[in-house]
Amino acid sequence: MLESLMTQLEKQHLIAAFALVGAAMYVSYLVSAKLTNGRVHGSAIAIMVGLALAYFGGITTGGSKGLADISLFAGLGLMGGGMLRDLAIIATAYGVRFQEIRQAGLSGVIALFLGVVVSFVAGVAVAFAFGYRDPVALTTLGAGTVTYIVGPIAGASIGASSDVIALSIAAGLFKSILVMVLTPMAAKRIGLDNPRSAMIFGGLMGTTSGVAAGLAATDPKLVPYGAMTATFYTGLGALLAPSVLYLCVRAIF
Amino acid sequence: MVIYGVALLAGCMLVGLWAGDVLGMLLGVESNIGGVGIAMLLLIFLGGYLIDKQKMPPSTESGITFWNGMYIPIVVAMAASQNVAAAIDGGLIALLASLVAVGASFALVPALTRLGRPEAPATADVPQSDTPVNKVASRATSASKTNKRTSSAKRSRHARPHHAR
Repeated sequence: MLESLMTQLEKQHLIAAFALVGAAMYVSYLVSAKLTNGRVHGSAIAIMVGLALAYFGGITTGGSKGLADISLFAGLGLMGGGMLRDLAIIATAYGVRFQEIRQAGLSGVIALFLGVVVSFVAGVAVAFAFGYRDPVALTTLGAGTVTYIVGPIAGASIGASSDVIALSIAAGLFKSILVMVLTPMAAKRIGLDNPRSAMIFGGLMGTTSGVAAGLAATDPKLVPYGAMTATFYTGLGALLAPSVLYLCVRAIF
Repeated sequence: MVIYGVALLAGCMLVGLWAGDVLGMLLGVESNIGGVGIAMLLLIFLGGYLIDKQKMPPSTESGITFWNGMYIPIVVAMAASQNVAAAIDGGLIALLASLVAVGASFALVPALTRLGRPEAPATADVPQSDTPVNKVASRATSASKTNKRTSSAKRSRHARPHHAR
C-alpha cells in the first residue's frame, strides 16, 4: 500500500510538489507568527526551509538539483524551474502603476536606481574579493544581492551554474532578513519616521518582504509607502542586471 | 474568462523573452538580455490599458493574480532544487555581500531624504500633510487632472494584489 502511494507521488510529481511546498509554507508562516512574532516574514523562513531541504537533498543523493534529485520530489524541479518562475514573476507586475512612482518624486526614482546599483556593486565586490573572476558568476552574485529573485533570473539568462545561483538566492535572502531585523533598530538614526523617507527607504532596499516586515516593526503606518516603491525594485533589477549591469561587468572583468 | 488572463500573461512572457533573445543577439552576447523585465513592462502597459478600458473583469484578472500569488511558493520550490550542498562553502560570501549592501543602502536613506528636500517647498509652498495623495494633488496643475489622477492612484493601490518579495 505504501509502495503504491510512493508510485503515485512519483507519477504526479508536480502535484506532489504543490502539496509539499504548501505544507512547508504553512509551517514557515506558523514559525514566523509564533516564534519570531512576525518579525521575520514567513516567506523568508519558507525560502530558508527550501534551501535547507535542497542541502539535505544534495548530501543524500550527491546530485546537483537539491531535493529535486530525490525522485519523490522531482516535481520541485518543474515547479521551481525557469518556466513557471518567470511566469509568476511577470505576474507580480500586474496592477503596478507608474503614477505611483510619481508620488515618490525624483528622489524615489533615484533611490530605486541607486538601490539596485549599490546592492549589485556590493555583491560583485564581495564576490570578487572572494576570488570570483568569471563575469557570469560575478553578475549572478551581484544580482542575487539585489534580491533573491533577480539573481536566478540573471543567472538563468546568462548561463550561470546552479551552485552560483543557490549562493545568489542565499545573498538575497540574507539581505531580506537583515532588512527585516535591522530596520526597527536603525529607523531613528536614518530618519525613518515619515512617508517620504519610507518611500525612499523602500526604493533603496527593494526587498518587499524585508521592507514590509521591517517597517511594520518600526511604524505600521509607513508600510504602504515603503512597499509602493519597493514594488518597482525587482522589476527594475530584472531589467538591469542581465542587461546593462552584465555588460558593464563583462567590460570590466 | 480565466484563460484570457493567463493567455495575456503568457503572451507578455513569450514576447518579452523573445525580445530579450533578439537583444542579446544584436549585442553579440549569448544570453537573454532583460527578457523578464521587458515582459513585466509589457504587462504593466497592456494590463493598465485594458484596466482603463474596463476590459479586465475579475475572472480575467484572476488568471494573472493566481500566478502572482504562486510567486513565493515557486521561489521556495526553486530554492529547494538548487545545488545548495555545493554552495554551502560560499555561505560567507552571501552573508558578507548582503551585509555590505544593506549597510550601504541604510546609509543612503538620510542622504537621499535630504537631497529631495529643497525641491519639496517649490511645488507646495503651504505646509501640508505629507501623504502621497496630497503630493499628487499639489503637483497636478489643472483641476480636472487632479481629480482623475488622485482617484486612479487611490484605486490602483486597492486593486494591487498584495505579494511579498
